[in-house]
Amino acid sequence: MVAMTHVDAATASDRSTTARWVMVALSVALVAISIASLFVGATGLSPLGVIGDLVAGRPVDLRAQVVIFDIRLPRLSLGLLVGAALAVSGVVMQGLFRNPLADPGLVGVSAGAGLGAILAIVLGGLLPPAVGTAMGYSLVPIAAFVGGWLSVIALYSISTRGGHTSVATMLLAGIALAALVSALSGIMIYLADDAQLRTLTFWGLGSLAGATWSKVLAAAPLMLVGIFGAPLLARGLNGLALGEPAARHMGIDVQILKRFAILLVSAAVGAAVAVSGGIGFVGIVVPHLLRLSTGPDHRYLLINAALLGAIILILADMVARVIVAPAELPIGIVMAIIGGPFFLWILLRRRGLLEM
Amino acid sequence: MLTARNLTVHLGHRQILHGVDFTAKAGEVTAIVGPNGSGKTTLLRAITGDVGYTGDARIEGLDVARAKPWELAARRGVLSQFTGVAFPFTVAEIVRLGQSNGISGGGPDLGERALARVGLSGFGHRPYHDLSGGEQQRTQLARVLAQVWDPTGKDGANWLILDEPVASLDIAHQLEVMTLARDFALSGGGVVAVMHDLNLTAMFAQSVALMAEGRVVTQGDIGHVFTDENLSAAYACDLKVNTAPANATYILPHAASA
Repeated sequence: MVAMTHVDAATASDRSTTARWVMVALSVALVAISIASLFVGATGLSPLGVIGDLVAGRPVDLRAQVVIFDIRLPRLSLGLLVGAALAVSGVVMQGLFRNPLADPGLVGVSAGAGLGAILAIVLGGLLPPAVGTAMGYSLVPIAAFVGGWLSVIALYSISTRGGHTSVATMLLAGIALAALVSALSGIMIYLADDAQLRTLTFWGLGSLAGATWSKVLAAAPLMLVGIFGAPLLARGLNGLALGEPAARHMGIDVQILKRFAILLVSAAVGAAVAVSGGIGFVGIVVPHLLRLSTGPDHRYLLINAALLGAIILILADMVARVIVAPAELPIGIVMAIIGGPFFLWILLRRRGLLEM
Repeated sequence: MLTARNLTVHLGHRQILHGVDFTAKAGEVTAIVGPNGSGKTTLLRAITGDVGYTGDARIEGLDVARAKPWELAARRGVLSQFTGVAFPFTVAEIVRLGQSNGISGGGPDLGERALARVGLSGFGHRPYHDLSGGEQQRTQLARVLAQVWDPTGKDGANWLILDEPVASLDIAHQLEVMTLARDFALSGGGVVAVMHDLNLTAMFAQSVALMAEGRVVTQGDIGHVFTDENLSAAYACDLKVNTAPANATYILPHAASA
């Protein structure tokens, strides 16, 4: 990625060719890293042994079976979905706000989704039993989606006037929103009983631990809508990069574009936050790296962001599992250790961003 | 044909346009001139569908207020006074945005041809944000051209709607851009341009609408509109048509169009 400052010398068509190659390379890397992640963790498993058993049709050792299929595979699926959802949401939010600093975690959208999730965890028991049972594991993701959606709408209507987004207002409104939300969350935590408290604490640190198939299935639809819906907005987001009037002049229905963008971001972020808590920085690191290497064309950016987001999250999860084995570090902490300095680096490199 | 009948526009509580009538014919460059704050840009924004209005505005029969954005985009391209670009696109990528959103289709080399028309051949690979203001504005013009490349389509003329297209350009590029607009009109297309430079307007426009205080004072050919009385009244200062100031340095760009 370091060599990419020379991209200036490449022609535009070269950049889209590069973007396609990056897409291929990321897909291959994603598959390789996903397979590797199944064999990394507190319990040592020999990949060759398990694959050999599978190929030869021998029954796989029961312990390996449980570890891989009931623990690591759902966790891998969740990591793939959450990483892709967060990275794609970052791209869409940045396109919508026309600024590379708009990240769901930074501007309070994740916090809003989190409040939805906390409300569902603590007060979910108060729902009529029939409703609670019917929604099951979906209750928390859906509540988080609604929380995220309300936050994006609040944020957008506060920071955007006449199609112009004030970045300072956006960031400050995000701070206010996050503060308000954390106060409300605090009240909920105060009300929570011991078991709920434990759930909330681990959830808030950001973790893929405790992934189960039922959790994956409950959150997957919302995240998949975000991940696969976003590329449909690519042309519109490209146009929006030139501002609302220019986008409209080029034939884009800006109002519809914005509504869909907000819904997709809320769905993806809401579900991701509901199942994994506060994992930050994926939405800002991934799009930034990709824009440096292959340019801001959303047709490639959205797809590549999904792939790279999944890769980074799986890698971070592997680190989280290994570094203090047999215990594990919440992945949110790992991402913050990587993402915090990276964000500062972006700021130092492009001080002008805030004046935009 | 582009027509506006009895257009009234309010922005907030202020009334900006007071029942404006305006007509532009395909095959001509129609200029809108007038002092600052006379409503030129607002008139342009009304006929591009950017601000709400009462009255009736049509481009080749298409009702601007009711048409879908993509229907309008198929008939006209719009160059604003300033277009901010949010991400680090290259020049060629910007121009391609116009092409991929337009109707002209064109070949894969349309972007390069559009850049050549605005004097930016070979600029395709340059980062947009590294260009000068004038080069950026010409890049945007190339994008608009790539959107409506053919002056006429099967449903009639296509239109270029330009808000001060030469404001940030040096004199050679002013002439280049105005020549481009005139050629588009001569090939059957329509051009509406808000202009500040009355000399350039006189050189290139076949029809001119003079605006003052939210109204079109008069519209017609140059000789009819550009009179001492009309201009002096509209701009609220003494203006003489066809009279060079005595004992002063002045530059006449007219030789270039001869």
